[in-house]
Amino acid sequence: MASQLQGKRILIAKPGLDGHDVGAKVIALALRDAGAEVIYTGLRKTPDYIARVAAEENVDAVGLSILSGSHLELVKLTAEALKREHADDVALFVGGTIPRGDWDALKASGVDCVFDSEMSLEQVVDEVARRLA
Amino acid sequence: MSQTKSGPRDAAAARRTTPSGIEIPAVATAAMRRHPDDSAPGEYPFTRGIFEDGYRGRLWTFRQYSGFGSAEESNERYRFLLERGQTGLSVALDLPTQCGYDPIDPMARSEVGKVGVSISNLSDMEVLFRDIDLAKVSTSFTINGTAAIIFAMYLAAADKAGVPRAKLTGTIQNDILKEYVARGTWIFPVRPALRLVADSIVYANQESPRFNPISIAGAHVRDAGSSAVEEMGFTLANGLAYVDELLARGADLERFAQSLSFFFYVHMNFFEEVAKFRAARRLWARLMKERYGARTERAQQFRFGVVCGGSSLTAAQPYNNVVRVAVETMAATLGGAQSIFTCAYDEAFQLPTEQSAELALRTQQVIAYESGIADSVDPLGGSHYVEYLTDEMEVAIEGVIQEIADYGGVVKAIEDGYLQRRIARSAHERKSRVDHGESVVVGVNRFRNEAENKQVGEVFSSSASTAEEVVRKYEKIRDERDGAAAARALDTLDKAARDHGENLMPYLVDCCHAYVTVGEMVEQLKKQWGEFVEPVKL
Repeated sequence: MASQLQGKRILIAKPGLDGHDVGAKVIALALRDAGAEVIYTGLRKTPDYIARVAAEENVDAVGLSILSGSHLELVKLTAEALKREHADDVALFVGGTIPRGDWDALKASGVDCVFDSEMSLEQVVDEVARRLA
Repeated sequence: MSQTKSGPRDAAAARRTTPSGIEIPAVATAAMRRHPDDSAPGEYPFTRGIFEDGYRGRLWTFRQYSGFGSAEESNERYRFLLERGQTGLSVALDLPTQCGYDPIDPMARSEVGKVGVSISNLSDMEVLFRDIDLAKVSTSFTINGTAAIIFAMYLAAADKAGVPRAKLTGTIQNDILKEYVARGTWIFPVRPALRLVADSIVYANQESPRFNPISIAGAHVRDAGSSAVEEMGFTLANGLAYVDELLARGADLERFAQSLSFFFYVHMNFFEEVAKFRAARRLWARLMKERYGARTERAQQFRFGVVCGGSSLTAAQPYNNVVRVAVETMAATLGGAQSIFTCAYDEAFQLPTEQSAELALRTQQVIAYESGIADSVDPLGGSHYVEYLTDEMEVAIEGVIQEIADYGGVVKAIEDGYLQRRIARSAHERKSRVDHGESVVVGVNRFRNEAENKQVGEVFSSSASTAEEVVRKYEKIRDERDGAAAARALDTLDKAARDHGENLMPYLVDCCHAYVTVGEMVEQLKKQWGEFVEPVKL
């Protein structure tokens, strides 16, 4: 898997106030191991900020990590902000503590794939690679 | 060290280690002990517990974490839990309150009342404890970045209810150092944040001596992915940093040291978990006595609460979590915990329902009253394996403390992002071990049952109108309060903050009485101190 994501640029972002960043960092490390160039935003970024960075850095994908239960609102706001920045062609991924029951709603607001904590890192990397192929 | 003969078999295949990497002997013997420790329970260095009579004198506190939405909704839940035999309250606060944003702040958007209750001013605190006697209930607040402010507000609420401050019991987490490392609700740079922690500890010691002003927490570091040894090592290192800060501010060691308490996760490796508590208890007593010269037993004793569950719980086959929580609760009691919080089996994927929350509490009650675990003090004491692990864990934990000291201390390690990177790497390794089946998680990487992997139970949801209601009440208080008094209190706080020797707590209490909001106090202090700049290098 060392070069699956060679040449891809991915933004890993923490929208809202949730401070649990280890999952985001673990995914960032796994994507980097797979060859991607990963930008990590750090905590407490607004959807507007995330979209701006995504556009400026010309990334191929944005991964949002949310464990606070605010995923429906924050994802919708981020998807809208990406549209405003004309960056809605980037793939959008979400991970964290997302109840299965919310997956369809997230996909309806523009999310390409939802990851849960029990998926293996290989599965996550494979899925991202498949979507970016 | 002596090794048992393993014959011609492949030594590597026979070798086993705990999740922290401690060598596990096939059969432990007395000869494997590093040094004799014949201390009795209640006797220095307290390996067998801080009480002579263990749980015979008093059981641990059953403390469940709850609180969500508005102060009214939380107050209702608290009274429900107290009626069912819970003996302590634990307050969860929403993220805007934890990060110092008022409910109307753009940063608070879509987070008001989400993971806990919104408390932005004294009026919310009064509603939260309506019809609950603050002199009788022990309350624990999970709050850190704004801990000094929320503590000041609790004191102000007691003042208004006519409850003497000296009667208050409970704990405020107030452990800012681990927020920079693992939990992320920091606000100010590390040094002024440490000042607020020290100020609140000193003030609590004077004003409400039965209230624990800090709970130094390894739980979040552990849940983030570190090992049991790292959990104890990082947390004791943070504890030592608070001791140093308090001593630098001229506080009395014998007085403040007895008000320090700790907080950890219990995970699934049963004996390692039991041993880590025994080891940390001995090590802390030794550090307090030998490094700082603490003379009284109370100042040497290591007191702690635990959470059973957390990231050891799985969303797959969630009923398995009931068993995990029971095993972990037994490890906590055999390690000598003073208070236990048991997670609900559905917490891996949702807020607990009333039914799952009740089962979590019942788990503790079954263990406490039916299993006989509380009848004899430290029943695993003297077990060759447990004593061996206790010795080995102590050495390993002390090694982590030394590693941080060698780096230049906790503050530098946080400012540079050294500890944050170390935890991210540990988490990455732990995840890889589970992915490759090296660590077994039943129902996830072994014995999967795809048909059962649908979620069970009802999903609790906080009412959608909660946030609007919180904002409406917030605006009402701001309109109705004496604006001039609020401005004066805030101005006095600002002046006090400029004098580094001044204890800020009385000024924060005055602000609370004047209905100054959490966000206003934080903004005022940010103007002087600035904000923490997060190192984001991976």
